[in-house]
Amino acid sequence: MNAAQPGPDGLIDGYLTMLRIREFELAAIRAHGEKLVHGTLHPYIGQEAIATGMCAHLRQDDLMLSTHRGHGHCIAKGAPLAPMMSELFGRENGLCGGKGGSMHVADFSVGMLGANGVVGANIVLAAGAAHEVKRRGEDRVVVCFFGDGAVNRGPFLEGLNWAQVFDLPVIFVCEDNQHSASTRTSTMTGGEGGGARARSIGLTTIDVDGNSLPDMLAAGKEAVSIVRSGQGPVFIHARTFRVTGHTATDLAQWRDTEEVERHAAADPLPLLRARILSEGHREDELLAEERRVRTDVQLAYDKALASALPPATRAFEDVQVTGNPQIGAF
Amino acid sequence: MTNLIAMTAAEASTLALREEFALDENVWALGEDIGRGGVFGQYAGLQDEFGPQRVVDTPISEAAILGVAVGAAMVGSRPVVEMRFSDFALCAMDEMINQAAKARYMFGGQSKVPIVVREPTGLWRSAAAQHSQSLEAWYAHMPGLIVVCPSTPADIRGLLKASIRADDPVVFMEPKGQWQRTGEVDLDDQEPYELGKAAGRREGDDVTIVSWSTQVHVALEAAERLAEQSIESDVIDLRTIFPWDKDSVSQSVRRTGRLLVVHEAVAVGGFGGEIASWISEHEFHHLKGPVARLGAPRIPVGYAPNLEDQIRVTAENIVDRVIRMINEGEEETQV
Repeated sequence: MNAAQPGPDGLIDGYLTMLRIREFELAAIRAHGEKLVHGTLHPYIGQEAIATGMCAHLRQDDLMLSTHRGHGHCIAKGAPLAPMMSELFGRENGLCGGKGGSMHVADFSVGMLGANGVVGANIVLAAGAAHEVKRRGEDRVVVCFFGDGAVNRGPFLEGLNWAQVFDLPVIFVCEDNQHSASTRTSTMTGGEGGGARARSIGLTTIDVDGNSLPDMLAAGKEAVSIVRSGQGPVFIHARTFRVTGHTATDLAQWRDTEEVERHAAADPLPLLRARILSEGHREDELLAEERRVRTDVQLAYDKALASALPPATRAFEDVQVTGNPQIGAF
Repeated sequence: MTNLIAMTAAEASTLALREEFALDENVWALGEDIGRGGVFGQYAGLQDEFGPQRVVDTPISEAAILGVAVGAAMVGSRPVVEMRFSDFALCAMDEMINQAAKARYMFGGQSKVPIVVREPTGLWRSAAAQHSQSLEAWYAHMPGLIVVCPSTPADIRGLLKASIRADDPVVFMEPKGQWQRTGEVDLDDQEPYELGKAAGRREGDDVTIVSWSTQVHVALEAAERLAEQSIESDVIDLRTIFPWDKDSVSQSVRRTGRLLVVHEAVAVGGFGGEIASWISEHEFHHLKGPVARLGAPRIPVGYAPNLEDQIRVTAENIVDRVIRMINEGEEETQV
């Protein structure tokens, strides 16, 4: 593809969003070790450029659906850090009141329609959101993130086909980090993978280095321009690498050490930082911005820690309108 | 004022949709072949009237049909989802159970999923194992869902309207053997019926028979025969399986002292078990004898008519069971 060269400001804003995601993830992993974040946690570390480059082109009223590895998507779409961290801590002032946690974090007020604990499940939901946007004649765009593991699920076929048949305003972003939980995706995938499957259904497909913010910004811009002008769905295949294990506690030691080290050395954040400085940006200014990001994340952590768990009776709220159970009854 | 017109269940369905489509632009329908009226004619003429954007023909992609409805509902519409046969909805269970039923809760009330998932259900002569099941108890088990099992044309109209207006996902299971059954519908009464409210179909003081869907008609036939033997049955059509009308059943049982629950679904793990245990726990002192259940044996539905009949709870089965209940009670009294 012909990458439009984004200006230096776009890169700095993007870099700071990526750093915000990275610092949030590191804080969340730390909190998980401290037993403050419960359950499981799927870090987005190393993939930050994808959500950042894609969401940079979205309006607040555009819609986005995310995955179990969803913190980065949520931050890039504009969700505030403190209520997000509170949700991970299971606190009452969390985005979902402590009912969802990491895997179901959502902020409908910024068009973030939820992380999803089921791989590939959000693909058909995204087609539905786009179907409704089109039915209403709106110019909103729907973005659906998922991993390479999702291309082997049925909803991938059903959702992509639906989007193509109904010519819907949706961008499917396949974050190909090469792993399906604890299995190398290539060993479990026939043919050429997600991009080839999308092309076979007729979708416009963009292949991009998902670790390069400039490339992702360009891919996102092209995709949004196609989709918002009503030219149907787009599939972005973003190549990346999952630096961590599947979860915060998974060391993924079965992987080839050389490969992991090679990818760690190609960490998009320091490379992007070096590029920004080489383009003449002052380091003292960048350091000040970086400090601000780290402070924001620390404040989110502190606020979550100081917040209360939800009252236990909340477990009985928001089940359903008709037939909601009485507190403590079955 | 009433304006009673006889119509089939399929006609009552299109009437309800036509009325709700006209009232609310956010209501639309999607499913395979519904532009041609649907498998049972329950969408007849609607695509001509409202256009292909409101009555949407879809690929054979059950997960996408239901998932698209969930996504569209989260953005503000009220889709009516056609699954053709309840059996096919099983291809979309993640969308139903993990997505539709849980979105409101797991997102802390930020979202709602006001969809109606229509699942024609039950026996349909020799449709065999994959087109005949009654799975309402599965859905009743799932927090977040409303489950409706109507038995008459008037209820299909009134309860479908209520389901469309409800802010929860509703599983709406029409008895597929009853689409051509005719019943009176009041054209002037356009109000939706109340979800969770049972209907008394016959009054009596000797035994309470609770049922739903096709089985209600069998229960009424049995009640007729029992009346010939001077046994008067209070027949309750539950209509909504969840939330179910505990008050109506309790009040009836307090009067009759006997409860028989009858359904077409497999008895083991069927919803009759929930009703039986609830009444046993809460109305024990009003009971003259043990609560009884009738349902299908735990076998798949066979194809050959005589194999399929092994599933069926007949009017004769109900009559026999009620007579036994009454005799058992009398024997105990004599002791």
